[in-house]
Amino acid sequence: MTQPSLITDEMRSYIGRESEPVTVEVDKTACRMFARAVGYTDPVFYDEEEAKRRGYRSIPAPPGFLGHPVYNPARPQRADYLPPFQTGLRRVLNGGTDIEYFDDICAGDVLTMTRKLVDLQEREGRLGKMLIMVNEMTYRRGDQVVAKVRGTLIQY
Amino acid sequence: MSQQQLYFEDVQEGQEVPTLTVHCDSQRLVMWAAASGDFYQIHYDKDFAIGNQLPERIVHGALKHALLGRMLHEWIAPGGRIKRLACQYRGMDLVDKNVICKGVVTRKYQEDGRNLVELEVWTESEDGQKTTPGTAIVILPSRGR
Repeated sequence: MTQPSLITDEMRSYIGRESEPVTVEVDKTACRMFARAVGYTDPVFYDEEEAKRRGYRSIPAPPGFLGHPVYNPARPQRADYLPPFQTGLRRVLNGGTDIEYFDDICAGDVLTMTRKLVDLQEREGRLGKMLIMVNEMTYRRGDQVVAKVRGTLIQY
Repeated sequence: MSQQQLYFEDVQEGQEVPTLTVHCDSQRLVMWAAASGDFYQIHYDKDFAIGNQLPERIVHGALKHALLGRMLHEWIAPGGRIKRLACQYRGMDLVDKNVICKGVVTRKYQEDGRNLVELEVWTESEDGQKTTPGTAIVILPSRGR
């Protein structure tokens, strides 16, 4: 018996749609905190003078850190470019991360980030029915693209 | 870090990246939650994790990505750069265990005047399961100039 698909035509219609840009700050203390959480001992992530000696504009963002969106309690925290898909799946896992860098990202950078839903798949797995969503986030400093992230989210 | 720079000429296909082993206790997961802004409770609230059909609190996938990034950084610093790092969170790692980061060079080549090294990277759990397979590209300086 064929089960009905989780993915509706309406859901599919959101593929390729890009969000409004979100402002993302790469804060100096946040870079240090991220480096500390990952266990770095390299002073380049803690000491701005050392970072400059090594050719960075300031403390570099540790690999994986692309800043924090500016928090505003008056605005929705969830991506508002996508409606919540009514799939009946309540749980979420991170499926994967793919980051490509095009330039150094350093403390003091103010970036803009746009998100785009690029793929929707469904699968039957260990966790039952799963909806696999791939989002692409593009980070820019001014007009220059500094990083692209593909993130896979699994709803189950 | 006062380590010696790794140069493009020093690298060969099949070469292993020095293993990085990191103990992921609840303190690290809480620090990661604060640093990353990911406050999903399955990572630090045991009752919540078990209530979500998990055996225990689990290590954030993105933390494992960042640990693979640290392994690469410590291999190529100060002069190298990570160009791309991708991984998939295939298996769960539970709190209070070691996450063991490994990598092996699969290809080296020059492109647009840059010295690029491709790697297979992954994390292993203490029982040897590859929980986070991935790939990476790093840029290395040359001894040439």
